[in-house]
Amino acid sequence: MSEASHGLGGLKYDPRKKERPQELNVFLALVVIVVAFELIGRLFLGDSFLFNTRENVDTLFNNQRLSIIILQVSIVGIIALGVTQVIITGGIDLSSGSIVGVTAMVTMSFAQTAMVNGNPNPKAIFGEGLMDLPILVPVLVGLACGLAAGFINGALIAYTRIPPFIATLGMMVTARGAAKWWSKGNPISFPTEQYAAIGQGMNPVLIFMALAILFHCVMTYTRYGKHCYAIGSNEAAARMSGINVNAHKVLVYTIAGMLAALAAVVLSSRNLTAQAGMGVMYELDAIAMAVIGGVSLAGGRGSILGTVLGALIFGVIISGFTFLKLDAYYQEMVKGVIIVAAVVLDQWRQRGRVRG
Amino acid sequence: MDDIVLETRGLTKRYGGVHALEDANFILRKGEHVAVVGDNGAGKSTFVRQITAVEQKSAGQIFFDGREVNFAGPLEAREAGIETVFQTLALADDLDVPSNLFLGRELFRFRLGPFSILDRKAMRERTLEALKTTAVKIPNVDNPIRNMSGGQRQCVSIARTAAFASKLVIMDEPTAALGVQETAQVENIIRGLKERGVPLVLISHNLRQVIELVDRIVVFRRGRIVASLRKDETDGNDIVSYITGVKGGQDAA
Ligand SMILES: Nc1ncnc2c1ncn2[C@@H]1O[C@H](COP(=O)(O)OP(=O)(O)O)[C@@H](O)[C@H]1O
Ligand SMILES: [Mg+2]
Repeated sequence: MSEASHGLGGLKYDPRKKERPQELNVFLALVVIVVAFELIGRLFLGDSFLFNTRENVDTLFNNQRLSIIILQVSIVGIIALGVTQVIITGGIDLSSGSIVGVTAMVTMSFAQTAMVNGNPNPKAIFGEGLMDLPILVPVLVGLACGLAAGFINGALIAYTRIPPFIATLGMMVTARGAAKWWSKGNPISFPTEQYAAIGQGMNPVLIFMALAILFHCVMTYTRYGKHCYAIGSNEAAARMSGINVNAHKVLVYTIAGMLAALAAVVLSSRNLTAQAGMGVMYELDAIAMAVIGGVSLAGGRGSILGTVLGALIFGVIISGFTFLKLDAYYQEMVKGVIIVAAVVLDQWRQRGRVRG
Repeated sequence: MDDIVLETRGLTKRYGGVHALEDANFILRKGEHVAVVGDNGAGKSTFVRQITAVEQKSAGQIFFDGREVNFAGPLEAREAGIETVFQTLALADDLDVPSNLFLGRELFRFRLGPFSILDRKAMRERTLEALKTTAVKIPNVDNPIRNMSGGQRQCVSIARTAAFASKLVIMDEPTAALGVQETAQVENIIRGLKERGVPLVLISHNLRQVIELVDRIVVFRRGRIVASLRKDETDGNDIVSYITGVKGGQDAA
């Protein structure tokens, strides 16, 4: 038997070669983008993007910029972890931004302090009895909100066979409405000190990283992760193999909802206030992070690591534009272009794989 | 009577007005390899889907392993010991070979409901073992199967079936899309099953293959079983005349 005989019709497939992981490409893209900003900065602005140029600070890197990059993507990054799991199963979640909104509102009303500067809280939602509660109460209430919203998404998608796009679009509108209805459009402020501490400093980054590691392990080493990939890859085969696809979908969307709720807790704590408009468009940013990170909208491929790298690319680009002193309008437009570009790239990769 | 592995009595499937399968009476004995042949649309795949409960039968009875069975779905059939290679590949392209072999029946290191920790090492080892016993050559089992050739993917599918084969194996046109060498590989797997005494229902259009491999040939025509021929009492021409309807006006078993 000759060596080159496996395969049908001249397919290119070198069996010994382990495929280059997608994440490596994403990482290289990240490096290229950082270098590009560095060069543009040096050439046109006489400033460094990455390194410290101030005399009065004694660090190699521009730590301030680096921490802003990672801070500003951490909260949406938490959402993106859930969105990644949803997309890997072949679904989509458009409701996460609105879940952030409604969860922030509900959670904050259980996190209020009774006295502000010696006076009764002017923004009080509930009476005295429901104020100054231990921190566990608002956090659990928040998680319950996300759990309920995600469960409804999942149940609709799994058992009524509504396309995920439509089901989560419905949740997106409904949850946003609920966020506005909750306090008749008023912001809710003055959380307890304990609650306010959750999102301060670099805590969002730590929470994001801890969750990223947790879900990396879940997606890599558990049955749950394996079945996410299996369902996204070939749902019919997954069913035939005896995987309970419906139950799995409910679980995936529920986890995504709870991660959006966690993001809401961190965000409202950091801002010390909750507003009905919180989290608008976060769903798209989260999807963008995943797609940039190599998660395929066709399902079955991508990883948590990829999404974390995608989030970093996202953050670098936003701060790069600020660094180049470009208008916020351009930032929005470029964000749109990046999302489309990432999807086009994914389509290309797909086409490259079509068998004869 | 005791040595019957699978029996169908009056098995019937209708899709609306289409009588895809009519009154199929079929018997498979211990260790026996039976081929199911017939023109396209004769009802062969439909017959398989009723036995494996991918679809629910319209009428009739199925006896497996000494008792009447009414599987609710393919998983129940599999758990009862029926392993099937379906005509359309039931593989997840983005997963590697061990994950596909163990899809839906993973091995665990630690049980924790849906978050049970996979025993990847054990699954990989048992995969290599299974590939070895079935003589399937897959150069790198850790790559996703999407980039493998149709033949290699089919071999993965068949290795999955053969590795877990306990009481009955069904293959629906396993070599239809394969090249010569890959077909030979699949035929070797089938011979291995025969040596191990695992009974087989093989659907195939390849009469050379069928005559070479199996003990008995059952011919389907227009949803009906029209002949059951012992290998040593028939030949290619005989089989063809049953397939095309030159012979065999009435049912046989
Ligand atoms: N899901 C279905 N709905 C309607 N008709 C079907 C369906 N599946 C099969 N058939 C019909 O049943 C008959 C038998 O099909 P099939 O079992 O696939 O044939 P074979 O596998 O022998 O080629 C064909 O006429 C086919 O068109
Ligand atoms: Mg068929």
